[in-house]
Amino acid sequence: MAIRVINPGALTTVQDIGRTGYQELGMPCSGVMDTCAYQAANTLVGNKHGEAVLEFTLFGGIYQIEEDAILALTGADMAPLLDGAACPMNRPFPVRRGQILMVGTALSGCRSYLAVSGGIDVPTVLGSRSTNLKCAIGGFEGRALKVGDLLPVGVSSIIYREVADRFAPERIFPEMLTVRAIGGPQEDLFTEQGRKTFYTGTYTVSQESDRMGCRLRGAAIESRHGTDIVSDAIVFGSIQVTPAGQPIILLADRQTTGGYAKIATVCTADLPALAQARPGYTIHFQKITVEEAQKLLQ
Amino acid sequence: MNSTTETVRILPAGDHALAAEFGDKIDPAVNDRVHALAARIRETSIIGVTELVPTFRSLLVVYEPSILTYGELKSTVERLARLPETSASDTGRVLHIPCCYGSHFGPDLPDLERYTGIDRDAIIAIHSDTEYRVYMLGFLPGFVYLGGLDERIAMPRLSTPRVRIPKGSVGIGGNQTGVYPLESPGGWRLIGSTPLDFYNPEREAPVLCRAGDRIRFYPINSSDYYDIRRMQAHGGGDAIWQFA
Repeated sequence: MAIRVINPGALTTVQDIGRTGYQELGMPCSGVMDTCAYQAANTLVGNKHGEAVLEFTLFGGIYQIEEDAILALTGADMAPLLDGAACPMNRPFPVRRGQILMVGTALSGCRSYLAVSGGIDVPTVLGSRSTNLKCAIGGFEGRALKVGDLLPVGVSSIIYREVADRFAPERIFPEMLTVRAIGGPQEDLFTEQGRKTFYTGTYTVSQESDRMGCRLRGAAIESRHGTDIVSDAIVFGSIQVTPAGQPIILLADRQTTGGYAKIATVCTADLPALAQARPGYTIHFQKITVEEAQKLLQ
Repeated sequence: MNSTTETVRILPAGDHALAAEFGDKIDPAVNDRVHALAARIRETSIIGVTELVPTFRSLLVVYEPSILTYGELKSTVERLARLPETSASDTGRVLHIPCCYGSHFGPDLPDLERYTGIDRDAIIAIHSDTEYRVYMLGFLPGFVYLGGLDERIAMPRLSTPRVRIPKGSVGIGGNQTGVYPLESPGGWRLIGSTPLDFYNPEREAPVLCRAGDRIRFYPINSSDYYDIRRMQAHGGGDAIWQFA
């Protein structure tokens, strides 16, 4: 079983939950940006947790199905067509050998996920199939997909009837987002005024955003003595502030360590929504406690 | 204040990680405390702790919030950080790293001679006569943050970074020295190149060095450089560096 790439879209990579356990060696985690859409996609096609999927960015591309399978698309609605007829988002659908899947442009949101029964079966590197573009490892030959690539797909014993009733809740991707964040770890390097600016201001997602970081533009955040720190570790959702006072939220492809002070960290529950914020969307930060953030995960 | 008596600060790094911070300096004693705490957490094997990331002066502890709450982990880490220090941070390894200095391996060596007023042989002697401490890894897989560069051969970074630095390049950036484990952009002054893979995803241990290791460079000529590269390609390169 395989999927042939006829048009790879804007930026399509193979991803799973990420390459954890090697950060102390400097190895970035990578993995899907929107874990919620990712898990839903695998569940819809009957895959076990952790199978690799395709992550599309803004425009999905065109793919030829080389053998019968079950597919599901989640995340941003890219108006998918199967042999020219509309096919569903957030539900599994059967495909036959030779059919053409066209994944268009995101109507709202930024990223979509395509799961196939059996999973995208590229080799694992350090325990993960995720593509890391910078280190050129994992995924399909360590790079974004290109025209002509033949993606291997794993074996699945699932038949469509077993999953036909499954659906994932439809999500909306508002252009104005409230993101909840936990103060710290270097909150005290900012002035009272700087923190007030951060939590009351409106920040716009800039064009330079990518899988490494969501770069924001807005009112400059005042620090006490600049934002350079002795480099330390960062997590998915760390909010660094540059010397110019602009926040950068670090995402799936982040480096393991960084040298800018972190005013706050996005709570895990709000990361999927953030992963769908595209350039031009605006973000307002709301402060919550660690305890509140952990309750949101229950 | 004496850095070793400074108390640990536990700070939330979101809802699934916390940072244990020991001051804000690059200092061997502070870094020892970071690695000692990491070793203790590993020995204790706390259920729910999934990953540790030691850096110069802080330890990131990643955990599973459905198993451990922030409050529970915070008090455990505080308790472990206050235990008397053991010497667990030093791995005891000294890695001897071959380096071919100058020519196309180290195109910035002439600039370094001009800037420091020291001739190339003396620069090489100073650079290879120092034992460097691996404080941490970060930036790229296998990239080592080394401490101990002799200040006589320190030089600021390039004002415009190079777009492509070959894998294995040994450079000087400010008062740091290090090795590029992958081809990458960068602004360090390149003085040589090592044939050893600091990072190789195909190898069982993909990254050569660990935090707490010590590194010494030794000069080799270009034919040694290519010999070692060939040996390594056949899986024999690990014999080149030794433990003290």
